[in-house]
Amino acid sequence: MSDAPVIPQPEPQYATAEQQADTASFGMWVFLATEVLFFGGMLLAYTWLRATYPEGVAEAGRHTKIVIGSVNTLVLLTSSFTMGWAVHAAEHGSRKALTQLLAVTALLGLLFLGLKGYEYHKEWTEHLVPGLNFHEDSVHAQTIELFYFLYFLLTGIHGIHVTIGIGLIAVMAVRARRGAFSSRYYTPVEVTGLYWHFVDIVWIFLYPLIYLAGRS
Amino acid sequence: MTTATVTGKPDEPVVATRNYLTEEGVTLRSWLLTKDHKRIAILYTLSITFFFFVGGAAATLIRLNLVTPAGIFTPDIYNRLFTLHGIVMVWFFLIPSIPNTMGNFLIPLMIGAKDLAFPRLNLLSWYLYVGAGFLALFAILIGGVDTGWTFYTPFSSLYSNGYVVLALAAVFAVGFSSILTGLNFIVTIHRMRAPGMTWYRLPVFVWSNYATSVIMVLATPVLAITLMLVAVERLLRVGIFDPALGGDPLLFQHLFWFYSHPAVYIMILPGFGVISEIVPCFARKPLFGYKFVVWSSITIAIIGFFVWAHHMFVAGISLYAGLVFSLLSYVIAVPSAIKVFNWTATLHKGWISFDAPMLYALGFIGLFTIGGLTGLFVANLAFDVHVTDTYFVVAHFHYIMVGGMVSAYFGGLHYWWPKVTGRLYPEWWARIAALLIFFGFNLTFFPQFILGYLGMERRYYSYPPEFQVWNIFSSAGASVLAVGYALPFFYLGWSLFRGKRAGSNPWAATGLEWQTSSPPPAHNFDVTPTVTRPPYQYRPEPEPQDV
Repeated sequence: MSDAPVIPQPEPQYATAEQQADTASFGMWVFLATEVLFFGGMLLAYTWLRATYPEGVAEAGRHTKIVIGSVNTLVLLTSSFTMGWAVHAAEHGSRKALTQLLAVTALLGLLFLGLKGYEYHKEWTEHLVPGLNFHEDSVHAQTIELFYFLYFLLTGIHGIHVTIGIGLIAVMAVRARRGAFSSRYYTPVEVTGLYWHFVDIVWIFLYPLIYLAGRS
Repeated sequence: MTTATVTGKPDEPVVATRNYLTEEGVTLRSWLLTKDHKRIAILYTLSITFFFFVGGAAATLIRLNLVTPAGIFTPDIYNRLFTLHGIVMVWFFLIPSIPNTMGNFLIPLMIGAKDLAFPRLNLLSWYLYVGAGFLALFAILIGGVDTGWTFYTPFSSLYSNGYVVLALAAVFAVGFSSILTGLNFIVTIHRMRAPGMTWYRLPVFVWSNYATSVIMVLATPVLAITLMLVAVERLLRVGIFDPALGGDPLLFQHLFWFYSHPAVYIMILPGFGVISEIVPCFARKPLFGYKFVVWSSITIAIIGFFVWAHHMFVAGISLYAGLVFSLLSYVIAVPSAIKVFNWTATLHKGWISFDAPMLYALGFIGLFTIGGLTGLFVANLAFDVHVTDTYFVVAHFHYIMVGGMVSAYFGGLHYWWPKVTGRLYPEWWARIAALLIFFGFNLTFFPQFILGYLGMERRYYSYPPEFQVWNIFSSAGASVLAVGYALPFFYLGWSLFRGKRAGSNPWAATGLEWQTSSPPPAHNFDVTPTVTRPPYQYRPEPEPQDV
């Protein structure tokens, strides 16, 4: 294992590399606080819908593709595990393991997106896309449309986050392969990991709200 | 040292030859790609000044229209004018006003840092602001928006015939500019302080911007998602706000005010910070009750998140919800009052000098107090029913935002002008402008309290003839105010080239920003300062302890 102590010079505003690393990870935490409120607004809208039209939401929930949703949950949780493992590998300076684990994480992210795309496709063929091709013969049709509106909004914005995450992880994997990180410098990996775990946690909230409503 | 006299006159203070204005080049490119927080602050100052005059032009036309009861413009044009005024003044002037200009410039200087934690993010924030600004201007030029700055549904999502989606996109984008600034400030204040700069040695200006940043980071994303929902509802005719689609317009109001009430504190807390710097300096006394002032900022930022529904007392919320929000609105007046008492106590037995920044600060204290006390009126459920959507409310929030925040902005602009430019502004002209603004402001907005109490509704292009006299007072005041706001543009511009050299500390003020040269060097301090004393030590020796 080549573990050359590669530590880039800190940017001019920082006194030490430690201060820079510490600041970067704190910055990501503050950003995640923003993200919590960003999703919070949509979850409030969901809560309002479910509290106002419980039967309609229950019926809509039964249209969701629970098998794909559950498999995707498994995929994303596994990717968080490999991401955590990658950060661990970075701490110990094992370049090969870091590169491979990052690659696996990115591939799991892609698998998630692929399955999600397949799910969207099925929903399109079932005329469940509000505003574009929605058609439903039910007394609760309007609520089902609103449910699917929020569904596409929530999973769509989550999907954008997953895509950004995959991009970041891919960049980290390339940098890791080139030996940019060492046990003394791996802040970008750590910060990317924080972001990826957040994306995963959002899904942990979305999964029961979307797929388990109306299925008890 | 690297300072030297460049002026030929021997009696003038020395000026730093190595300063941020020239050190990294003077090309346009060096400015547009700069990562220096001071240069970005200048970029922001120029852009918000532009938008201030755009919003001000709309205000002028509004007051012109209201000179006669029948109005001058068509109702449709009038609607677009007040919407333009609201959107531009709230998102493109007030919210970025003090944080992005003075905050950007001063926070690193005040805490003894070389820059903000994330300089590239800071520049990105400015580009987002400018991009959003162009988008907003584009929406205005091709036809405008008539929803009011509040974008209430279902009007905005269904009936409005303006360029609502463009305007929503502009506000959405400018929101991210403010999130990035808030994030940068929070991280900087936590992680970049100089040795010895403990939390309780921070100037109140830094604390105020910290509280503001917390609101920016936590409230703005909710606005972003809400506006996005409105845009989708308008484009696809599916959404959760329009009752015809099964939605609930009250849900929009809750989400909107969950951001927009805390945003009111984004628009005043930084002003508190500026006043807390100016008052001790020109009264030559330490700030009275420093910790109370600090914690009242934090308290306001927190309670500010729990008062939003007082904008909705007549919108159909339950009486119990109304009671709770009314009570909480009274509660938030307490920390605001603490600040006013502390500034007043700071003045007590001070050696007060009436330089222009102090005139603005004193004006601020008076106008903010009137705005705050009338805030208690409208927090009262019964009284609010009487004055909802009248000019009483318009006058109330203009006393806070214009009388308060804009006064603080001008006060700060004059106070730190010598630091930013290295030149003194002409004091006589500055005092005249400060007085004109104070009298013009009161003449404009005090009659609106009366009009509102008598029942004149806001947002109408016409009114019953018996209200004309007060409206003429108000419009006359607006012209005085316009002169007052235009004056600094000229004399400050003049001082850039002809003003006297300022030296590093013309006010004999405390605070790290006055320790470095004016204008400061690109990396602020040649040697990172070490802080050993609390802020505002305006008397060199402690007061003798008389028995």
